[in-house]
Amino acid sequence: MARARAIVITGNGTNCEIEAAHACRLGGFDEAVIAHISDLLSGDLRLDDFHFLNLTGGFLDGDDLGSAKAQANRLKYARVDELSEHLIDQLLRFIQAGKPILGVCNGFQLMVKMGLLPGFDGNHLQQVATLTFNDCGRFQDRWVYLKNNPASPSIFTRGIEKGVYLPIRHGEGKFVAASQEVMERIEAGNLAVLKYSGPGYGEPTMEFPENPNGSDHAIAGICDESGLLMGLMPHPEAFVHRTNHPRWTREVLPEEGDGLILFRNAAEYVRSKLL
Amino acid sequence: MARRIEIALKDHIRDPRGERIKREIEHFLHLPVERVRTIDVYTVDAELGYAELQQVAAGPFSDQVIQDWYLDTPAATGFDYLVEVGLRPGVTDNVGRTAREAVEYLTGRPFRAGEGVYTSVQYLLSGKLAPADVESISTGLLCNTLIQRYTILDAATFAANKGVSVSVPKVLGEIKTTVKEIDLEVSDQELMRISKEGVLALTLEEMRIIQSHFRDPQVVTARQSMGLGPRPTDVELEALAQTWSEHCKHKIFSGTVQYEDETGNRQEIKSLFKSFIQRTTKDVREKLGDRDFCLSVFKDNAGVIRFNDDWSLVFKVETHNSPSALDPYGGALTGIVGVNRDPFGTGQGAKLIFNTDVFCFADPFYDKPLPSRLLHPRRIYEGVVEGVEHGGNKSGIPTVNGSLVFDERFAGKPLVFCGTAGIMPATINGRPSHEKHIEPGDLIVMTGGRIGKDGIHGATFSSEELNENSPVSAVQIGDPITQKRMFDFLIRARDKGLYNFITDNGAGGLSSSIGEMAGECGGCRMDLAKAPLKYAGLNPWEILISEAQERMSLAVPPAKIGEFSEMARRFGVEVSVLGEFTDSGYFHILYGERTVAYLPVAFMHEGLPPMQLPARWTPPRHEEPRIQIQDDYTAELTQLLASLNICSKESVVRRYDHEVQGGSVVKPFTGAANDGPSDAAVVRPILDSFEGVVVAHGICPRYSDIDTYHMTANAIDEGLRNYVAAGGSLDMVAGLDNFCWCDPVLSEKTPDGDYKMAQLVRSNQALYDVCMAYNLPLISGKDSMKNDFYDGEVKISIPPTLLFSVIGRIEDARKAVTMDVKSPGDIVYLLGKTDNELGASEYLALRGFVGNRIPVVNTAMAYKRYSAYHEAVVAGLVASCHDLSDGGLAVAAAESAFAGSYGMDLDLSRVLWKGDESGRNDVTLLFSESASRHLVTVRPEHRAAFEAIMAGNCFAAIGVVTDGPVLAINGLGGGTVIKASLDALKDAWQRPLRDL
Repeated sequence: MARARAIVITGNGTNCEIEAAHACRLGGFDEAVIAHISDLLSGDLRLDDFHFLNLTGGFLDGDDLGSAKAQANRLKYARVDELSEHLIDQLLRFIQAGKPILGVCNGFQLMVKMGLLPGFDGNHLQQVATLTFNDCGRFQDRWVYLKNNPASPSIFTRGIEKGVYLPIRHGEGKFVAASQEVMERIEAGNLAVLKYSGPGYGEPTMEFPENPNGSDHAIAGICDESGLLMGLMPHPEAFVHRTNHPRWTREVLPEEGDGLILFRNAAEYVRSKLL
Repeated sequence: MARRIEIALKDHIRDPRGERIKREIEHFLHLPVERVRTIDVYTVDAELGYAELQQVAAGPFSDQVIQDWYLDTPAATGFDYLVEVGLRPGVTDNVGRTAREAVEYLTGRPFRAGEGVYTSVQYLLSGKLAPADVESISTGLLCNTLIQRYTILDAATFAANKGVSVSVPKVLGEIKTTVKEIDLEVSDQELMRISKEGVLALTLEEMRIIQSHFRDPQVVTARQSMGLGPRPTDVELEALAQTWSEHCKHKIFSGTVQYEDETGNRQEIKSLFKSFIQRTTKDVREKLGDRDFCLSVFKDNAGVIRFNDDWSLVFKVETHNSPSALDPYGGALTGIVGVNRDPFGTGQGAKLIFNTDVFCFADPFYDKPLPSRLLHPRRIYEGVVEGVEHGGNKSGIPTVNGSLVFDERFAGKPLVFCGTAGIMPATINGRPSHEKHIEPGDLIVMTGGRIGKDGIHGATFSSEELNENSPVSAVQIGDPITQKRMFDFLIRARDKGLYNFITDNGAGGLSSSIGEMAGECGGCRMDLAKAPLKYAGLNPWEILISEAQERMSLAVPPAKIGEFSEMARRFGVEVSVLGEFTDSGYFHILYGERTVAYLPVAFMHEGLPPMQLPARWTPPRHEEPRIQIQDDYTAELTQLLASLNICSKESVVRRYDHEVQGGSVVKPFTGAANDGPSDAAVVRPILDSFEGVVVAHGICPRYSDIDTYHMTANAIDEGLRNYVAAGGSLDMVAGLDNFCWCDPVLSEKTPDGDYKMAQLVRSNQALYDVCMAYNLPLISGKDSMKNDFYDGEVKISIPPTLLFSVIGRIEDARKAVTMDVKSPGDIVYLLGKTDNELGASEYLALRGFVGNRIPVVNTAMAYKRYSAYHEAVVAGLVASCHDLSDGGLAVAAAESAFAGSYGMDLDLSRVLWKGDESGRNDVTLLFSESASRHLVTVRPEHRAAFEAIMAGNCFAAIGVVTDGPVLAINGLGGGTVIKASLDALKDAWQRPLRDL
């Protein structure tokens, strides 16, 4: 039987590759390969051979030019040694093949700054939004309640009842759309998958610390119209077991953490549609 | 020609960086500023066409959604004053490096030699400010003139000049490299002048030893054969100064001490290190017998212990005090990325799994005058916290445990302790991972960053007190990303067996790392001309001792260098082959064809006789305060919760990623609202296993004012009881000692050196006694012995401080215990007895006293109780546990209650007392800091089982967890002596540092 293969790209400051790969395996992938970007640029590995791409958290190039900016530039211009193509060609091919991509934290910043998200009308290289410095001016590590939009096309959040509880760990997580029209289109298309809310997953909030960065419309994560590309600032791979939860010693919790469902959904999608 | 690209936020976009600066100007400088906006400036000094520059500006340099870019035209508008801050020439510019790479990707052309991108930031200030105000904002807040330069323009001048002129902070050194010979056939006075002016930090005796070495006819002959004259070269003298520095050689810890105690008993101690630290580990290991879990202690960059059959744990804690005093941000950043290289360079190399950090500062709200060279404690606080934030977060290593300690004397030197643990497979390519070796013929290989003039004399300058003339060059700025790339590469090279030996390039640079490696195999031959430089113009001695960051030194077999280099190229890591290891017996350094240093390895490493150190112990007597008995202590408790040493550090901790790598089990903050202070951290390093690593620490410098013996005993006990509280097992737990002392060498500058030395002896005595009793082998450690400030008039010495870090194992992380009370009705136990031990307590400090009755650790009772408690944890009988330390029972009870969001009713009459009844009163029961105590809660249904396991130990049920949100404590007289709402207590505890 064909194997469901996930790839996690690392290098130049990516930090969450091990737990992301772990989450992929727990979620049902037969294989989760941690690939250094040099493995891709040398041509030793090709995105085409995988079904699910993880652009995971970290500080790509130290976020020196603004979060993920330098990597966005690298992916756009870097050539693959052995093949006569740019890495971006492989990436666009991956999208055209209808394969899912999940960007978390730095990976979300990367997707937005490359234009992969929200990717209106299938144009995945036009930046129309950004993620910038938290209103509080500081990096924050804290847990947040994320209200799910059940009407969103995201394949990753299927089956989430009200919301998920996950940690954020970032200094540049404030979502800003380039214009009112962009924001309206995101909302109208139900592309704003997850929004910061209070403990009951009620109304989205602009209040710190529930909304830790001051994101417009309290947006924590968005997807494209196909629902196959999604990015979010919180870390689903950081809550796959109950002992990851900050209050596991005082609350009765299921063994499995809230974040795992995103990886489970990706694996199910791959099995049902791509194998 | 260099071109300026300026990036400004669009008008309607908030500028959090500017807002933060505005708040700080108002808060700390009390100046009226209406608005601060910021602009990023890139000065591109490279051959680029106009279209390319536009592409760069619009692409990687700016974010079109929120920013506008300006090429060759100024972006700034609408301000009264503009301050532009950039780095001085030669200071590491991380953003500039990334910007340059981005340009190279975009154009497809590498930069030519000498080309570069330099970054600076503009601050646009609006408000009614005088020129002098802007000057003080610039030097007091925006710019550390040691490493940065600044330009101030008022709006009119800016308009007239049409912006800020282009300037390129390129290093322009002389290209000619020179090797000087130094005449040591001079007077003693002249020898000392050579040492002092060269920042060699060598004593007269050491200078004379060097002098006589070069007189030795055999040495002269050997040197002649290499084309060297009888005089030492600057390269040789510098190499010896690094190798023999206090920082690298630990001369005080290896010296011979004549110790006299208060009764006149005399004792000669040959090496504190061997007599106490090494002996502790040796004796504990013997005592453990088959259960010994130490794998590599004291001989490598970090200690290695067994984790399980498949994995070994590595841990090291370092300090970076002197650099942090001069440049808090860069010093602390370098501290954390520097200590990362220790476990990474241990054995064959370890993957890094967590950081710990402990900072000792003076009060950030200090409002008295300070000596001129000292930075304000608040700037130190801000800079250090941010430096470690960037270093830790960007490296992808969770910061899981730490603390902040305050004492006014840390204004003289802040203490910045940074620790890192790693994990490695127990065997790699069939060899135990903690072992490594060098074969003569192996190549000397350096990887990572390039060498510049940064960090020259770091090792020797930190071996002296901080003074007016402390060198600027000693400061480095770390680059976590360059290091991360190197680690990504090296861990793969490790698994492929591409090198034989790896070590860190830290203090003393190549001189120390290659010097030590040469000691392993008996010699080396290295050509400094092959070392990659950041810019031309470095002299050979500078190349040898530069502490430029992000470098590892390796021994690579010639047969594997091809594969090693090719892999490095793919990972974007620079590799240089500098020579080869030999068994010649010589540290042989060349510059091109010419020999510039030829030192016998034996002389470098064993040529130094032990220092002679007098030590005399006279116990201090402090005024003994009268204890005031009152009806109510709620106000005292509230004040204690708001004291700097006790209050919440959440505003700092939340800035550190403590969960990356996915194995976080017990986080720094816990409880109903995720804001109660954890005692220890628990981490699962292997994600598909539930075996956990537990890490904790103890530190109590205040106790040194009474007796460093008990300071040490309490620090160790605090470390272990924190560890035990969270569920750490006593079967596999090890300690690390970090001594930070004030200069203990008797001299004109330090007339009380013999007392400080006696304090060090007593501390070491306690280290042995307590670690033996607790079965705690010491696996690694470090000392920093010159934590004083002296400008000729004012001398500030830090209180002698021991940071004791504890690392060990929890068999099943799902059994871990947190400090927050869990449910109403649970029984509250106090484990351990309380005594009249308010000496050096937070309670007395609040009242302006030190006192004398210092807590005394009873290790035998404590160890037995800790073991029983652990059994109860394993049996799942413990609902919560919090250690008692600063502020005693009252503070611990308040913290556990508000963390769990349930009240507590406690009765002081039920607290077990030891010693004299006359000292037993509500104050001592509430606020004594007697050691080895835990506040535990247990569900009623587990009461019998818990008490059965604890039987035979000192413990007492002292109350119950309540549903009401109130902490109520009854005193000995039967009346309520503390009654406060949890909200009020928590607010007092959270308020002091909340907005920093």
